[in-house]
Amino acid sequence: MNEEKNLRLTVASSPHVASPIDTQNLMRDVLIALVPAMVMGVVFFGPRALVATIISVVACEFFEWAYRKLMKKSCANKDLSAAVTGVLLAFVCAPTLPYWMLIIGDFFAIVVVKQLFGGLGQNFLNPALAGRAFLMLCYPVAMTTWIVPGIGADKWANVLGNTTTMAGADIVTGATPLSTDLMHSGLLPTLENFQAGLLPESITSPTTLLDVFVGNVGGCIGEISALALLLGGVYLIARGVIRARIPVAYIATVAVLTFIFPKGDADRLAWMLYQLFTGGLFLGAFFMATDYVTSPVTKKGEIIYGIGCGLLTVFIRYFGGYPEGVSYSILIMNCCVWLIDKVGKPNRYGVTKEMRAAEKAAKKAGKEG
Amino acid sequence: MKQSFYGGVHPHDRKELARHKEIVPLSAAPKEVVIAMAMHVGAPCKPIVSVGDQVKVGQKIGEIAGLGAPIHASVSGTVKAVEPRPYVGGGKCMSVVIENDFQDTWGSELTPHPDYTKLTTNEIVEIVKEAGITGMGGAGFPTHVKISSGLGKVDTLILNGAECEPYITADHRLMLEQGEKVIGGVRILMQAFGLKSAVIGVEANKEDAIEHLKALVGGKNDVTVESLRTRYPQGAEKQLIQRITGREVPPGGLPAHVGCAVFNVGTAAAVYDAVVEGKPLTHRIVTVTGDAIKEPKNLRVPLGTSFQQIIDEGKGFKETPDRVLTGGPMMGIAQYTLDVTCIKGTNAVLCLTKKEAAPVVEEETCLRCARCVNVCPMHLTPVYMHLYAEKGMWKEAEALNVMDCIECGSCNYICPARIHLVQSFRVTKGELRALAAKEKAAKEAAKA
Repeated sequence: MNEEKNLRLTVASSPHVASPIDTQNLMRDVLIALVPAMVMGVVFFGPRALVATIISVVACEFFEWAYRKLMKKSCANKDLSAAVTGVLLAFVCAPTLPYWMLIIGDFFAIVVVKQLFGGLGQNFLNPALAGRAFLMLCYPVAMTTWIVPGIGADKWANVLGNTTTMAGADIVTGATPLSTDLMHSGLLPTLENFQAGLLPESITSPTTLLDVFVGNVGGCIGEISALALLLGGVYLIARGVIRARIPVAYIATVAVLTFIFPKGDADRLAWMLYQLFTGGLFLGAFFMATDYVTSPVTKKGEIIYGIGCGLLTVFIRYFGGYPEGVSYSILIMNCCVWLIDKVGKPNRYGVTKEMRAAEKAAKKAGKEG
Repeated sequence: MKQSFYGGVHPHDRKELARHKEIVPLSAAPKEVVIAMAMHVGAPCKPIVSVGDQVKVGQKIGEIAGLGAPIHASVSGTVKAVEPRPYVGGGKCMSVVIENDFQDTWGSELTPHPDYTKLTTNEIVEIVKEAGITGMGGAGFPTHVKISSGLGKVDTLILNGAECEPYITADHRLMLEQGEKVIGGVRILMQAFGLKSAVIGVEANKEDAIEHLKALVGGKNDVTVESLRTRYPQGAEKQLIQRITGREVPPGGLPAHVGCAVFNVGTAAAVYDAVVEGKPLTHRIVTVTGDAIKEPKNLRVPLGTSFQQIIDEGKGFKETPDRVLTGGPMMGIAQYTLDVTCIKGTNAVLCLTKKEAAPVVEEETCLRCARCVNVCPMHLTPVYMHLYAEKGMWKEAEALNVMDCIECGSCNYICPARIHLVQSFRVTKGELRALAAKEKAAKEAAKA
């Protein structure tokens, strides 16, 4: 009894229980969801893809730690958000990109885009995509030097080797299925077009729909395999880490627009599928546009945002000078998030349509009076 | 018509600790009871006994002073003190301390009405008022006021047996063991409102209670028992109304505005006791549970019993509790001492171990994950409300309808950054109320 009298009880505000899911859990799930895409990257581009990703993660975590140490802020490494940025930035870079350029991108993403604005939760742009945009400006050639993927070639040589003479993989400059000349002409890199000699000379082999779905195609490390990204995306949705609204609205918008307005004489369906499976659309839709910090929080807002991303992506691909539109469309929509959330504010509980209409009418009358 | 509410969370319900434990009386009557004069929403009662007075069980000892319900002695004996004592709602509250003489001398002024069908609405309201009945679910709104203010407006009578708070099993056991009182009580309430039907909503995790109540209603079919999805806060008044009728209570409004009246199943049983058996509200069922308790139990305790004694009935602590709550883990109030006593709305004494309780950690930064928005059953945007609240921008928070917050704790529970959202909104609401009072006073001063 005496012991009980001396109880020291915690007095806190309700609720007194908490969900077991914390920030670290969420970020870990995102990392797990990115594993399939990583595997496909290694399968098609060799171990250099993995090495580049690891370097990027280490660099991001280091910059995060160093900046916060320097500014005498609490250490934030354990939330794993910097690791996610590291993986994502590596995933949107060409597999041949020299490591030092990648590290510069990491610095820009973590220090300039994220920490200077106050760290996790405060940045208004997606750090990985902003890092990519920065690298595109600084090193446009290196960022768009693609290699033709292949299985079984001597991939180890290029891990440390000079990236401009990468052994084992043919270097193709600026000719992925989404390269601007193909994009604007409406030609698809199908077997028929290839045999008919319609494709530009830089394209040395056809790329079928199956190739682009599985990822046997030139491109950035993590964006090539729509299949692997879809797997990861479904995992995130099933685990409740992300909600389906943004990716579904985004992908559906691109699908509808490209189906209605195919370029050239391309078959509608094939054209649409090529558009969906290439250019990192799935990576963008499932992993970038859903970035918590830079996406809307309201239900309506999420749908508006997804549609906006889809529209911009198609516009940039159709009319722009860049090979693909995913990263810029998401960055532009990032800037509109607060506005979108104001529009998307949920309807007040208990206020019916009639009450809202009456309120509007009263306001109008007040203004006129 | 039927519509489940938006959002909500599903914490582990932990009801297995006490769900099969029959309701038992205290093994030894309390030596003294400390009866707080604030057992309801509204103004505290005025004590009408003084030190040295002899009181009997059921004798009125606190009289209404404004909105409220009278308070009765729960044991017979001598009034030892009338003074402020530690109170479950926080701080101290004027209380009547009665030393038990263990005689259980009965002294109620109520008369039993075994045939309640002859009673008029006014007579029922009067009995309910005199019996001191308040909402037994926790909030404690005086029941007679709820009935009389809803007369003529209410077309749907709902009984709340959802018991959506984790751990608590008091209502569950009540429905199982005293189901006939619940059904009898709801029929009395139907008669008071002049209604021919009523609905009892019970969460699907209490299948046995649903079956039992259905069997008790029998062929009469005037009372429907609905099985509700097990999802917190299913038992919140507004969410329950939405689920049963599809209607949403307007902001700042009462259930009566959408033609509903909601009573807890415990309240219905208390109404039955008062009307049919002539017993005022002097006892209630309390679940003593939590991993820190050796033997979780459902107890029938006299009002004013100390938490210490209730915990001793559960054979004391198995390990040192991190916190002791009155009510459930989602909305319950943490206590700093076990000297506080049971009031009419005390449905549980919950003793959480360090492992079960939410860790007391520093808030991390919000990453705008929107989980709070997605679970809010009131369609609010806690993430933005909190941003304003943190900066003291009360008016901006008000524009986001922070006043609609029912403090259910869903957003706080789900937050991966462990941000104390509910606390923040309580502060905001308090500040806004103070602001409104100030503005009102200024306006009145200007008029004068």
